[in-house]
Amino acid sequence: MGEKEKREERGLSRRDFIKKSAVGLAGAGLATLSMDSLFQWNPALAANVSPPKFKLEKNPVINVLRWSGFVKSDEEVWNANTKKWEKETGGKVITEYLSWEDVRSKAAMEASVGAGHDIVLGWYDDPHLYPDKLVDVSDVATYLGKKYGGWYPVCEVYGKLYGTNKWIALPIGSAGICINYRVSWVKEVGYEKLPSDIEGFIKCCKKLKAKGHPTGFALGHAVGDANTWTHWWLWSFGGKAVEKDGKTIAINSKETIQALDAVRELYETMIEGVASWLDPHNNKAFLSGLISVTSNGNSIFYASRKRFPEINKDLMTMNFPVGPVGHPAELSMISQAFIFKHTQVPNAAKHYLTFMFEKPQYGKWESETWGYITQTLKDYYSLPAWKKDPRITPYRECVKRMLWNGYAGPLGPASAAAMSEYVIVDMFADVCVGGKSPKKAAADAEKKLRKFYH
Amino acid sequence: MSQEIASSGWGRFRASSADFLHRKGVMGFLFTLPADIILLLLLAYPFVLGIWLSFTNTIIGRSGSFVGLSNYISLFHSNIFWLTAFNTVFYTCVAVFFKLILGFGLAIILNQDFKGKGLIRAIVLLPWIVPTALSAIAFWWIFDSNFSCINWLLLKIGLLKTPIDFLGNTINARLSVVLVNIWRGIPFFTIGLMAGLQTINQSLYEAADIDGATPWVKFKSITLPLIMPLLSVITTFSIIWTFADFQLIWILTRGGPDNATHIFGTLSFQRAIAGGHLGEGAAISAFIFPVLFISVLITSKYLKREN
Repeated sequence: MGEKEKREERGLSRRDFIKKSAVGLAGAGLATLSMDSLFQWNPALAANVSPPKFKLEKNPVINVLRWSGFVKSDEEVWNANTKKWEKETGGKVITEYLSWEDVRSKAAMEASVGAGHDIVLGWYDDPHLYPDKLVDVSDVATYLGKKYGGWYPVCEVYGKLYGTNKWIALPIGSAGICINYRVSWVKEVGYEKLPSDIEGFIKCCKKLKAKGHPTGFALGHAVGDANTWTHWWLWSFGGKAVEKDGKTIAINSKETIQALDAVRELYETMIEGVASWLDPHNNKAFLSGLISVTSNGNSIFYASRKRFPEINKDLMTMNFPVGPVGHPAELSMISQAFIFKHTQVPNAAKHYLTFMFEKPQYGKWESETWGYITQTLKDYYSLPAWKKDPRITPYRECVKRMLWNGYAGPLGPASAAAMSEYVIVDMFADVCVGGKSPKKAAADAEKKLRKFYH
Repeated sequence: MSQEIASSGWGRFRASSADFLHRKGVMGFLFTLPADIILLLLLAYPFVLGIWLSFTNTIIGRSGSFVGLSNYISLFHSNIFWLTAFNTVFYTCVAVFFKLILGFGLAIILNQDFKGKGLIRAIVLLPWIVPTALSAIAFWWIFDSNFSCINWLLLKIGLLKTPIDFLGNTINARLSVVLVNIWRGIPFFTIGLMAGLQTINQSLYEAADIDGATPWVKFKSITLPLIMPLLSVITTFSIIWTFADFQLIWILTRGGPDNATHIFGTLSFQRAIAGGHLGEGAAISAFIFPVLFISVLITSKYLKREN
C-alpha cells in the first residue's frame, strides 16, 4: 500500500478541497506552491506524537469483558497482545469472553449496579446508554487520532458524548459487513461482477434466481445480519428513522416507501425461509451452496478457506451497492471499548487500551483475523493485512462507508431501543413476508419509533 | 459460692431459653428463618424492586423518577404489547392443555405392568432432564428453513413439494414453539401423575370390577377424583412456568417473525435489557404476576375445598 493509496483513502474530501483550493490559490498567484506538500500526512510527525502519560496503579489487575471471537485467531491474537502488555507493565489482565449478543446485557447490569468489569468491549450505542458511568477517554482518543491519521467521522459519532467533544468510548473496530457472492454464477448470468448500484444489483439477483441461484438476506430477528442490510437498504434510498433533532420521526417518507417497494423485488429473488433467519443462517446457506448472494462479515470467507475450498475458490466480496441516494450508506457492527468509573485502575485501563490500539498490536490483530475487524483509525487502512486476499480488501471500506444506527438522530436509549426492537427489520419483513403495503408498514414503524423518540 | 450463683444463674437462663424455644411457633420460625432470608433476598426483594421500577421511567445506567401508571398506560396503547399478550395466552393455554392430556394419557399407560417399563419411564423423562437451551438448539435445527430434517424426510418420500417454513411464517412459528414446549413439558405431567396414580388403592378398582364398571367409569369415578388435587397442583405449576417462559422462544425465534412469538418474558427482556428501558420492561413483566396469582389462588381454593 503506497502513500498514494493512503492519501486516497484519507482524503477524498481533502483531494476535493485541494482541487478547489488550488483554483483559488492560482487566482491569487500562489499556484506555485505544492498543494500536496501542504496537506500530505507526515508519518515522521505522526510517529512523534507522544502518548499521554498514565501513572499506573500498583500491581494493577484489569478485568475485561469482551465478545468471544467470530474467528478463532481473534482471541489468540488478543490474548497474545494482552500478555505482551502484562510483560511490559507488570500488570495483569483477566479477560472474560462472552457471546457477542450477551455483552450488552451484562455491561448494562454492571453499569446499573456500579460494579464488575473495568473495561468492556461493547457494541453500537452501548456507551450512550450510560455515559455518566464511563471514564472520559478523550486523552487516549485524541492521541490515537493524531498519531494514526484521525478517526473516521462515524467513529466520532459513536465515541463522543452527543453534542460534546468528550470521548466516552474508543471505537475499536467494526465487524464489517460486505456482499458475498458466487463468481461463477454471476458470470453465468452475464456479469463479470455484481453491479455496484442497487438497480443493477436487483436485476442481476433476478437473473440469478431465474437460473436457480436464489439470494438470501436475513429477515428474522438476526441482531447483526438483519439489522445491517435493512438499514443499508433504507438509507440507500434516502430513508431514515429520525431527524437530527432526535424527536421528529422521519420513517414514514416517500424515500422509505420507495425502499420498501424496491425490496419486494429483491425478496422475490430470495430463498424461502429468510423470515426465520437468525445470524448463523446465511453462513450455513451460503457455505452449503444454497444461495448465490448474501451480506456478511468475513466469517464466510474465513470458514471456507479450510473447510469449504470449493466455495472459497468461487467466493467474491464487494461493498454494499449504492442506491438512489448516490453515496454509500451502510451499517456495520461497530464495537466500542469503554472504561467504567467504578474501576479501581483507570490509568492502567487507559494504558492497556492505548497499547492495544498501537500499530504493532492492532496491525497483528487485523492481519491474523484476516480483516474481520475493520479499522476505525484511518492509517490502518493501509495495513498490509488488507492485501492478503482480494476478498478481504473491501472490508477495509466498511467503517468509512457507514452511518450510525438511529441515523440521523443522536445515539442513546432511543436508538438502542429502536434497534433492539427490530423496528426497521420488522418493517421490511412486514412488506416482504407479511404482505403489508409499504405505506402501512412505514406507518406502523412510525408508531413504534414514536414510542422511543419523544 | 460465686460459682453456685453463676451455675444457678446459667441454669435458670437455660431453662427459660428452653421454655421460650418450646413455645408454639418459635422453634418453627427459627428453623425456617434461613430459608425465609434467602427467599426475601432472592425473591421478594427483586420482585418488589421490579414492581417499583415499573412505576418509574428508569433507563439502564440512569436513575429514573416516579411516573405513576404511565408505563402501563403506554403499554395499553401499544400494538406489540397486545400481540404479545395474545401470544402469551395462546402459548400457555394450548401448550398446557396438550401437556395435560398427553401427559395424563402417558401416565396411565406407563402405570400399567409391562416389560421394560423402567427403561421406558426413564426415557420419557429425557425431554425434562435435558437443559432447555440444548433441546431448543436441537429444535432450531429441526425447524431450520433450509436444513430441517423433517422437511428433508417429507420431501424425500414425496409428501411435500415445497418445504415447510416452520419459523418464518407467523402461524407456523407460533405452533412450532408451542410444539416444542409441549414436547418438553409432557414428562412433568407424566411423572407427577404417575406417582399419584400409584397411591390410589387398588382395592377400589377391584371393587369397581366386581360391580362391572367399564374402564371409562373407573377413570371418571375413581382415578380422576383421587388424582384431582395433584393434577391441579401440577397444572398450576405448568401454567406458571409456561406463562413465564423465556429461553425456549429466545433461542428459537427471538420473538420473531414480526413479533409473532414474543411472550411477556421475551418482550420484557428485549425492552429492558437489550433496549435499556428498565421501567417499561418491568411493567411488561409485571403483567405476568396477576395471571399467576389468580391461577395459584384458584388452585389453593380448590385444594381447600377438597380437604
